[in-house]
Amino acid sequence: MRRERRSVVAVEWVGAYALLRVTRGTLDSGTPGQFFMLEAPGRVLPRPMSLCLAPKGELAFLIDPVGPGTCALAALDPGDEIAVFGPLGNGFRLDVPRPYLVGGGIGIAPLPYLSEALERPPALLGFRSERHAEAAALVPNAEVVIDPVFVTEVMATDRDVLACGPEPMLEAVRALAPDAQLAWEAPMACGYGACYGCVVEIDGALKRLCVEGPVLCSS
Amino acid sequence: MLLLNASGCLDALTAPDLARQLDAFVTKTVTPEPREGNAPIRIAETDHGMLNAIGLANPGRDRFLVETLPALRSIGVPLWVSVGGFAAHEYAETCAALDDVTIELNLSCPNVDEAPDSAAEIVAACRAATTLPVYAKLSPAAWDVAEVARAVEAAGADGLSLVNTIRGVALDRRLRPALSRGAGGYSGPALKPIALAAVYACRRATDLPIVGMGGAQTGRDVLEFVACGATHVALGTILFADPEAPARVRTELTEATAEAGLEHSGDAFGVAHDNVAAGDNRA
Repeated sequence: MRRERRSVVAVEWVGAYALLRVTRGTLDSGTPGQFFMLEAPGRVLPRPMSLCLAPKGELAFLIDPVGPGTCALAALDPGDEIAVFGPLGNGFRLDVPRPYLVGGGIGIAPLPYLSEALERPPALLGFRSERHAEAAALVPNAEVVIDPVFVTEVMATDRDVLACGPEPMLEAVRALAPDAQLAWEAPMACGYGACYGCVVEIDGALKRLCVEGPVLCSS
Repeated sequence: MLLLNASGCLDALTAPDLARQLDAFVTKTVTPEPREGNAPIRIAETDHGMLNAIGLANPGRDRFLVETLPALRSIGVPLWVSVGGFAAHEYAETCAALDDVTIELNLSCPNVDEAPDSAAEIVAACRAATTLPVYAKLSPAAWDVAEVARAVEAAGADGLSLVNTIRGVALDRRLRPALSRGAGGYSGPALKPIALAAVYACRRATDLPIVGMGGAQTGRDVLEFVACGATHVALGTILFADPEAPARVRTELTEATAEAGLEHSGDAFGVAHDNVAAGDNRA
């Protein structure tokens, strides 16, 4: 993992989400599901973002502008510089015979890069509105459902599930697919094991998601 | 001047190269029994700082001594061990079990009275239990932190660590506390003037070495702590945002020293006290 100041190439809107593209420099793009800490201008703490796409010479992050940090990131202009630190944490295991990607809302963020690495397997994405669902264009071979339909109502259960989404969705996916690889989210101050802020219950104990995850095998 | 980390703001075992950038590494607080810490959510950012309610998560004294401490020693950086507890004898027992480290007593634990006599009682018990250097880490919430400083000095403290976090609350969009515990310790840039005031007041009260900390982010911040009377400075919340802060701060410190018209950063020691009338707190 390295930390570099990188230039913003562009912020492109994909429905309700912002795709933040920065120059890659000498940063490694990492394994799908790993994340980077992005400096959010004017904020005390950086924000953890999983890599969405790794175009040549760039890193791209999908951002849901809901709070002051994500709004600051979505408001960046081309040429602005931010500190980018990563890749961090543990990504998805790619050695699965029948991959099936499941995403919900902003949880689709790591799936475009994951889809590329797994050679465009089938995917199932759930969103809360048509406008949010425009982001499905980033994921090849995706079936889309929109609230009030949940992904778990149509999810195939005879495949190797790799999922990312809100906690209730991941819990529901786990109930249907006990062996699924799930990418979790938690408030994080540092991303590299220093703050102990991002703990979640893993194997009956509170452990740091940034070090043990964010992708965890549920069984 | 030593550049340290604030306790709980770095895990040297997951980031050993970063720990080696410091003059000494300060551990997370060790308590007699293992503590899992508080349930999530444990952290929340505010406009000018952050709140944490980690809850002294640590493996407990026995495992710390057998597993953590030897692993930390292999990193090759001098160690300060932050010692916590819920009664004076608990602190003293941990101090007695330590060797070849500097001890920092976390006197701002949950359920530990921060009254001067209590802090002094803990320091006295630890003083009797060890010949190692003992620093007392004080809360900025005391009405008169200098009075606490004098009390712990009289009880045998070798130095002061100023300051710990100060209690705060942040609310989410639904007007509920952002932290599951409700309140947490407030740190980051907003804490700096409060920390400087504590260092300033304690420097007037004692000649003990002082580790200044609280919101230091830049070389200039470090120089301000020294000017108020800090002998050493620790970085806290900035380590979360910038893991390269120690190296950056050292470079900036050289620049800030020159900008202040000084040759060495040590020349800034205590200068904030020059030409200020006794009893005047307008530093």
